[in-house]
Amino acid sequence: MNTSDRIRRANSALMTGLTALCTLLAVGALLIILSHIAWQGIGSLNFRFLTDVPRPVGEGGGIGNAILGSLVLLLLSSAFGLPVGISVGVYLSEIGRGRVGGVVRFIVDTLTGIPSIVTGVFVYAIVVLPMKHFSAFAGGVALALIMVPIVARTTEEMLKLVPHSLREGALALGAPQWRVILGVVIPAAAPGIATGAMLAIARISGETAPLLFTAFGSRFFSTSLNEPIASLTVQIFNYAISPYDEWHAQAWAATLVLMTLVLGINIIVRFLTRKRF
Amino acid sequence: MSAVPQNERFHSNRTPSTWRRVLSPTGNTGDAIFRVLMFLVALLMVGIVVAMVIALSADSLLSIRQFGFAFLRSQQWDPVKGEFGALPFIYGTVASSLIALLISVPFSLGIAIFLVEQAPHYISRPVGFLVELLAAIPSVVYGLWGIFVLAPFLRNYIEPALASVLGWLPLFKGTITGIGLLTGGIILAIMVTPIISAVVRDVLAAVPGSQREAALALGATKWEMIRVVLVNGAPGIAGAVILGLGRALGETMAVTMVIGNRPQISLSLFEPSYTIASAIANEFTEATGDLYLSALVELGLILFLVTFVVNGIARVLVWNVTRKTGGVGRAA
Repeated sequence: MNTSDRIRRANSALMTGLTALCTLLAVGALLIILSHIAWQGIGSLNFRFLTDVPRPVGEGGGIGNAILGSLVLLLLSSAFGLPVGISVGVYLSEIGRGRVGGVVRFIVDTLTGIPSIVTGVFVYAIVVLPMKHFSAFAGGVALALIMVPIVARTTEEMLKLVPHSLREGALALGAPQWRVILGVVIPAAAPGIATGAMLAIARISGETAPLLFTAFGSRFFSTSLNEPIASLTVQIFNYAISPYDEWHAQAWAATLVLMTLVLGINIIVRFLTRKRF
Repeated sequence: MSAVPQNERFHSNRTPSTWRRVLSPTGNTGDAIFRVLMFLVALLMVGIVVAMVIALSADSLLSIRQFGFAFLRSQQWDPVKGEFGALPFIYGTVASSLIALLISVPFSLGIAIFLVEQAPHYISRPVGFLVELLAAIPSVVYGLWGIFVLAPFLRNYIEPALASVLGWLPLFKGTITGIGLLTGGIILAIMVTPIISAVVRDVLAAVPGSQREAALALGATKWEMIRVVLVNGAPGIAGAVILGLGRALGETMAVTMVIGNRPQISLSLFEPSYTIASAIANEFTEATGDLYLSALVELGLILFLVTFVVNGIARVLVWNVTRKTGGVGRAA
């Protein structure tokens, strides 16, 4: 082997080694962040913390209302976002295959990339200003707007995985297209659509920016859609930028709760879909 | 579109109108209703984007009338005096995003190459999942971690080291606080790395295997073969980077929490800065007066238009690569 060959081989080994190092660092960053959250959060976590309302510094307090508020917001946004998102996915996969479908797909894709803070400003303009006050309803609309394009695209991908022979078989039996879609194609793709929906819920449960001036926040237990409502993420933000050590500790504990939810959904989805991907 | 033809017309075979063919190629009333419904929902997507443009434009009209294009050039952001200029925010947004790309692009390429070209299946799947989990961590959690872990770490170790070695550059002058442009850029880099690497993985996977075989058959080393693959996927990789840029430009919470939030233009990476998204997040609920609010909405309009264009370009680039080979764009 001559020298230039040796240099080439050494270079190859070096560069491929570097790519492994990049991957190692990314996984390392993940583990550092997650372990730090667990370590910092576990200390302040107890039953009282999970069920109490926020209290002034020095009096403890908890995140019970924020957990309830986040659940209300998730339910509300899912009620708006899932039917619309799935319908758009059906349109993209089954109906809009021409130029119009291409335009809609492009719009949906770019909607995914619109910063969530801009969605917040938009919902402020069309919901909060006319209602003249912050509300859980506005927060739900903002989260739904973020959810729809995600659900639409995953639904489309899942429907496209359904074999064509299934559609053709049903059509050949004389079923109209709408019954084929509702009765055959969607049920066949249902597990995939459900996991896509779960991932979308995991994604919006971590959203903060669109809630700052729609759902706003609250220090009390509330389920009214017409009132401002607390959420885990806004609570974490407010406590994190506060100057008090006690609130910082509570922010870490609330983060541990939030991360358990978000990572829990992601890992469950991964477990359910491990055969397909 | 609202006029769904009557049942009778649908079942008569004598007048096959254009409407009928558009609504239902099968000639079934149920199909026509279903297709119209689905189309209306799809149209809602277009409607949302149009409504966004209209609502954001309408609410920023006051500020646009008052300042015109000077809004983009002015450095003054003084709510008390009613002076509003967006330049410091534009600078902070672009600078923090560029720092993020500078750091994350090499990493993302490395990760994607490792996972697609090198790692065996039983490693690339779980490790790929772990990298994707980085994208699942909410922005506000990155912010919390940034304030209490990353910022002190940079203040105590990295920034003093940079200042002592590269301190002669204006980039690394100034007081070291751990809170500023550099910290914002690094947090953004961690956040966009999983996004860029996921798209690059798709792009690399879409490069035909024959390219790899041809390179290896000509005696190329593994790395030389990978370079052939990278050249093949170059437009898609460019798309992935631009997609990451779009995400970095609009990222709000994490940046807001570590960038210092001071509307100034300073060459130093250690100095506090301010981004468009952070300004909206911090000042929107406190904005007193219509002009102040209108100026903030105009910031939102700028961010909307920029990210819309950036994402559009990225999508076209990525589609062209992954479509050709029938690959499925998996990226968020």
